[in-house]
Amino acid sequence: MGEPFLLKYVNEPDQGDLEAYVSRGGYEGLRRGLSMAPEAVIDEVDKSGLRGRGGAGFPTGRKWKFIPKDPAVTKYLVVNADEGEPGTFKDRTLMEGDPHRLIEGIIIGSFAIGARQAFIYLRREFPGARDALTKAIAQARATHYLGRNILRTGYDLEIVLATGAGAYMAGEETALLESLEGRRAMPRLKPPFYPAVKGLYMQPTAVNNVETLYHVAWILAKGHEWYKAQGTPILVSVSGHVERPGVYEVPLGTTIRSIIDLAGGIRRGRKFKACFPGGSSSAILTEAYLDTPLDYDALPKVDVPGTMLGSAGVIVMDETACMVEIIARTVEFYRDESCGKCTPCREGTVWLGQVFDRMLHGQGRPQDLDLLSGIAKGMTGTCFCPLGESVPPSLNASLRFFRHEYEHHIKTGTCDVKGDRGRP
Amino acid sequence: MNSGNGERGTGNGLSAEAKTEIRRLISQFPQRQSALLGALFVAQDEVGHLSPEAIRDVAEAMELPESEVTSVASFYHLYRFKPVGHLVIQVCTNLSCTLMGCGRMLEHLRDRLRIDVGQTTPDGRFTLRTAECLAACELAPMLLVGDDRYGPLTLEKIDEILTRYSEVRGPGPGAR
Repeated sequence: MGEPFLLKYVNEPDQGDLEAYVSRGGYEGLRRGLSMAPEAVIDEVDKSGLRGRGGAGFPTGRKWKFIPKDPAVTKYLVVNADEGEPGTFKDRTLMEGDPHRLIEGIIIGSFAIGARQAFIYLRREFPGARDALTKAIAQARATHYLGRNILRTGYDLEIVLATGAGAYMAGEETALLESLEGRRAMPRLKPPFYPAVKGLYMQPTAVNNVETLYHVAWILAKGHEWYKAQGTPILVSVSGHVERPGVYEVPLGTTIRSIIDLAGGIRRGRKFKACFPGGSSSAILTEAYLDTPLDYDALPKVDVPGTMLGSAGVIVMDETACMVEIIARTVEFYRDESCGKCTPCREGTVWLGQVFDRMLHGQGRPQDLDLLSGIAKGMTGTCFCPLGESVPPSLNASLRFFRHEYEHHIKTGTCDVKGDRGRP
Repeated sequence: MNSGNGERGTGNGLSAEAKTEIRRLISQFPQRQSALLGALFVAQDEVGHLSPEAIRDVAEAMELPESEVTSVASFYHLYRFKPVGHLVIQVCTNLSCTLMGCGRMLEHLRDRLRIDVGQTTPDGRFTLRTAECLAACELAPMLLVGDDRYGPLTLEKIDEILTRYSEVRGPGPGAR
């Protein structure tokens, strides 16, 4: 395993300037990519084994291969920069610190699929990233890295920076496309049509995550063999009850325990209680699972349904966390962000919220635990999109691992966890 | 374009400048409705909130029914249909911030500003809001004042922040 490279330059104060970026080897991947045939670029990414870093983990090369080759068909590349999965902050860190590399990754990806226009859909709440990207786009256009006849290869590309307006739902790719078309961010039915076939304006579209395109820029700059020799790095966002929360670059398959150690361990010498390994949409895990590798395949194989690598947002909880409060907060989040399109999500999250409300107000009933499981069951495999499906995994896991905390709330009307009572 | 939230434009509608900016946004996209979210921010930045007149002007510039514009605007958290203070304070209340004690921070802000979440101070300076994960969990518990990010918060830091922004004259950075 080599040195971290994804994060290597994010703390350099001048990294957002084109000159500094180029002096550190920036746009080398673009030069190499544009000297190859588009198919060869896709092959290079395919051979690297890169999988999408937005959460679903779909192989990037394969996604690009689905885009039709016909040059007469208009295609688009859309960057999902709507990072909003609770506990995830790697994309924001990359865009603020090393914005030109996103532009480089976009141009390479667009060239590979034959797109002449690309869109960045950025979270509105990221003004720092917006300023950095606006400047990077302007600098790249002024120096023939972007625009007409890029690097005198005859390839043209324009990048449009668009923003969301505050909707977690827009992180789902088809809802993002709806939002980018100026409508409510509600998901589209898939199958039959995936964005690669009918995406933005019903044209073939590759929707890629921010971190994914950073990997692409490095893969093209250094080659897939070098990339693989680095141990297939991923960015992990570590937050919660650790000494040094932050973004860490680790080889895929690093154990949860090692990642917590990297982040300085549990704060103030306290004891680990549980964690969300891949953002709030992944089921919580307890101490018994600390040696599980953070990996696309290993996490779904443990006996906790719905746990996954996801966006690799590791939210760590020590013994002061009341699991009833934490799951209640999770449920409220999905309730408030549900788009209302499908019944199980729209109604289920409200019902769950009502049950949690009364439990936390000392009015829980013994039958409430079965009621929670029943509603969770009704939301499993029935929701229109992954938003509603994200609620049952952690709820079920908490009922399994921390049932006694729920029972105590119901029996006594109080909490027996000596915590910080952080819930607003 | 000004980024403050004072009442500007004509009769709460949009200025010629704002309409030009909306036309520029439209020209970026293959289909004009794609500019709607951006156009709504242009209107909100100028008027301070999405007044009925601002919605009407956006609808006209976008060549869309007012009902469609309102429908889209009401879906998203960052559009406001009522006036807000010069500075919007957004306190993240998602998981990492909850674990790190955002509840106490919010309580302190309520006490200091003497307003509840969703309200504006009588002098029109601050509006207090909660926000979902702002993707800055390394700073938990954290908040935004306009575009400025602060964290990890303590009660003392909140006092400092409030003092700093109370001394600023006129409209602050605003929430873009």
